[in-house]
Amino acid sequence: MTLVWLILIPFIGGLACWQAERFGDRAPRWIALATMVLELALVLALWIGADFRLPAEGATTAWTQEWRMDWIPRFGIQLHLAMDGLSLIMIALTGLLGAMAVVCSWREIVTRVGFFHLNLLWILGGVVGVFLAIDLFLFFLFWEMMLVPMYFLIALWGHSGSKGSSRIGAATKFFIYTQASGLLMLIAILGLVFAHHDATGVFTFAYADLLDTPLPEHVAWWLMLGFFVAFAVKLPVVPLHGWLPDAHAQAPTAGSVDLAGILLKTAAYGMLRFALPLFPEASQAFAPVAMTLGLIGIFYGAILACGQQDLKRLIAYTSISHMGFVLIGIYAGTELALQGVVALMVAHAFSAAGLFIISGQLYERLHTRDMRQMGGLWGRIHGLPGFALVFVAASLGLPGTANFVGEFMVMFGAFGVAPWIVVIGSVGLILAAIYSLFLMQRVYFGPPAEESSLGGMDRRETVLLLSVVALVIFFGLFPQPLLETTAGAMQIVQQTFAQTGAMTGGVQ
Amino acid sequence: MMPAMLAISPLILVCLSVVVVMLSIAWQRNHALNAILSAVGLNAALLALLFGWPMGDVDVTGLLVVDDLSRFGGVLVLVSTLACVTLAHHYLEGYEGPRDEFYLLLLSAAAGGLVLVSARHMATLFFGIELLSMPLFGMLAYTFRDRGALESGIKYMVLSAAATAFLLFGMALLYAVTGTLEFAALGEAMATRGNDVWLLAGAGMLLVGLAFKLSIVPFHLWTPDVYQGGPGPATTFLATASKVAVFLVLLRLFQSALAFHEDWWNDLLGFVALITMLVGNLLALTQTDLKRLLGYSSIAHFGYLLVALVVNEGLATETVGIYLITYVLTTLGAFGVVTLVSSPYTATGGTADASPLHHYRGLFWRRPYLTAVMTVSLLSLAGIPFTAGFIGKFYIIAVGVEAHRWWLTGGVVLGSAIGLYYYLRVMVTLFLIEPGMQKRDATHDWAERAGGMVVLGVATLVILLGLYPTPMINWVGLIASP
Repeated sequence: MTLVWLILIPFIGGLACWQAERFGDRAPRWIALATMVLELALVLALWIGADFRLPAEGATTAWTQEWRMDWIPRFGIQLHLAMDGLSLIMIALTGLLGAMAVVCSWREIVTRVGFFHLNLLWILGGVVGVFLAIDLFLFFLFWEMMLVPMYFLIALWGHSGSKGSSRIGAATKFFIYTQASGLLMLIAILGLVFAHHDATGVFTFAYADLLDTPLPEHVAWWLMLGFFVAFAVKLPVVPLHGWLPDAHAQAPTAGSVDLAGILLKTAAYGMLRFALPLFPEASQAFAPVAMTLGLIGIFYGAILACGQQDLKRLIAYTSISHMGFVLIGIYAGTELALQGVVALMVAHAFSAAGLFIISGQLYERLHTRDMRQMGGLWGRIHGLPGFALVFVAASLGLPGTANFVGEFMVMFGAFGVAPWIVVIGSVGLILAAIYSLFLMQRVYFGPPAEESSLGGMDRRETVLLLSVVALVIFFGLFPQPLLETTAGAMQIVQQTFAQTGAMTGGVQ
Repeated sequence: MMPAMLAISPLILVCLSVVVVMLSIAWQRNHALNAILSAVGLNAALLALLFGWPMGDVDVTGLLVVDDLSRFGGVLVLVSTLACVTLAHHYLEGYEGPRDEFYLLLLSAAAGGLVLVSARHMATLFFGIELLSMPLFGMLAYTFRDRGALESGIKYMVLSAAATAFLLFGMALLYAVTGTLEFAALGEAMATRGNDVWLLAGAGMLLVGLAFKLSIVPFHLWTPDVYQGGPGPATTFLATASKVAVFLVLLRLFQSALAFHEDWWNDLLGFVALITMLVGNLLALTQTDLKRLLGYSSIAHFGYLLVALVVNEGLATETVGIYLITYVLTTLGAFGVVTLVSSPYTATGGTADASPLHHYRGLFWRRPYLTAVMTVSLLSLAGIPFTAGFIGKFYIIAVGVEAHRWWLTGGVVLGSAIGLYYYLRVMVTLFLIEPGMQKRDATHDWAERAGGMVVLGVATLVILLGLYPTPMINWVGLIASP
């Protein structure tokens, strides 16, 4: 039942926030914060209590908790939730970033506060559902459901656009991209289910049953593509990334934090949980293409980031670049690379969230995100530039930060499988240094536009950023608890992947 | 004789209430009383229908058959008519002309729908369609001092007459070749002489006639104008009860008379389905009028539904059932809100209803619950999870995947993606505030009125069926099991 509560708490909290608006603006904020803290506490309690030993040889799942109930017997659909190390880490991340999103919008959102927090919490509820659902129907439901509140968040509380792009346009673009690709995934899910039905005569959407569906090669290929496209849009992988910069640029700070910190991670999670294990052969065959796409993403994101004038767009493009590493790590499929993917996802969630929070705070002070109007801020805002430097350093993968751990493990793990990809990809790290320094230079150094002080940071802002910095450095120096938790889940992915690799003779 | 009478007792009860309401009008013009009488008659018919369910299939002469499919259709028709009655009561309160006759027309049309869902003979098909359409002309032009309503009524009448001509010509050709008008016998004749040119021409004309009523491309041209101009309750009836009844008779035709599995026939129908969903969605994109937009969206939805007819095996019948339920509930929600915002009627000289989109700007901040209903309906029309509409879309895609109809399935996905754009546009309009816009509101007591309660109930049902569709699936399983 704990798993059900993990999903229900944000939904109930959201409704409470909506209704609490009548008691003033502060009530919804505190309720939302309390909800997320409760969620986080629940996950941490589960983390402490759980046992993440490596699974037995040949196991296909490593659930530490499971909950199921019949739902639509006509198609064998169940309400089936389960948690392993990977989902636990992801949910903990969701809880943490959720709380941060609430705190960082404390001052920013002043209109329709209750409804804002309803949407914010429902996004988080949907995301938790995605991380827990292992019935494919239920997974799809949550996958699509979380789009609606995100749409409202961008469309109603977003910033009016930089040249010619409105927030509603950005929100609509985001919604159509993800929904249409999601329907492709639905087709793939149904194709898989009907293939299973043809083979066994049983309708089921259960993950464990569908894992060993016998599939003809070309069918598996198409179905795998259906899943891949849906996840690739959300990750995003380069030809399908069109929605991301706009959505980030127009979203309110809390929306950007959620989007970069958690929503993008649902795609990587989907690949690790579904695309790879369900279609190991097809994925193995697709791996070179996927890794090449990852490579393109690294360069594309980094190069475009260098040319941005809008602070949030710049950070959005760096996300594309970082997700390229994630994609390479996932499709390299070695244990080290997969573990690196987890570390990198967590690290990127912190660093991107930090950068977005800072750009939100700058926007509150300057009312612009245009870097041409910034410059010389180091002397004008007390404290903030220092934090920015830490996150920028994390973003470019400086040793000592969690990002370094992740990127290093991904590169190291993938080198044995695809050396050239790694060699070329590491050039991307140089580009990362370039755009990061660009960012610092343009915003904080150089001649100031004005001399007046913009004031320091208040206690809320300082505590918020300090805690993110602490996490970035903690996991940079001591990533072991993270890796131990997900080792079991990643080992299973690696095994399914490696077995087929042995059969078909490896990726190369 | 008795079982037959019992089986068609819903139809008899509806006809009886037409007479009762007529007499009551003759005796005293009391708007509330007549509305209540109509509602009572419809409820009695609904109860008779549900209690008659255990009787099983009953043939009523050679013309009608009362089976699970027709009872299923009967429930949908009666429920939507009931919703229209409640909506009409509030709406017509502001109308200065005679109000009570609207219920007469509504009940007659409902009787037509009931005949249609039970038809198993061309004669009853024709009779049902005409009984359904004739009162609709009157209902659409009921507030005839408004140009929009008058235009809508006349347009529907003229084009309907053309469609009827096609229908009759088709029937005549079929009869000339086969010498029978009964669906089952026609089906046998089709099976043995499927390639006879006159037979095919007859079947084609029959389909044209029905396609007009369902506004399937290229016979959809009347839809936007009629939807936009007609008074709210009439449009609601047209979009729900009328379409459901015609689609069910089409389904019955496909199960018996037109059940031939030629490749070119399937390809042609598949093509029609594809262009219907694409054209409907594409034309809706730029609309700035909510009722027009919903009209185009209904074209697209019948395009999706046609997928099930094209496949016509496996999950197809079940899909039709599920989709019709979700479509009716969702459409009742959407048009219900439009009607409530337009209630009570105020004469304008143009189109009286609150149909331009800007009337709905920022409705959420004035009428949050009403907007919640509209949002739920729009999400359901767009097929977003946790609404009934998603279950419908799930079935449509499932039926396409099961039959390996990749083009059609791709069309559904493409159509949905396009559709999202305009549903989202309407949705976000409801939440935007921009001062100085012309606004319209539902009255303050909308939620305490019957129409408001119906709309709230419908929205709740849309959510509940989205969360737990099993009862609906089991119910529809009745009509799908042979």
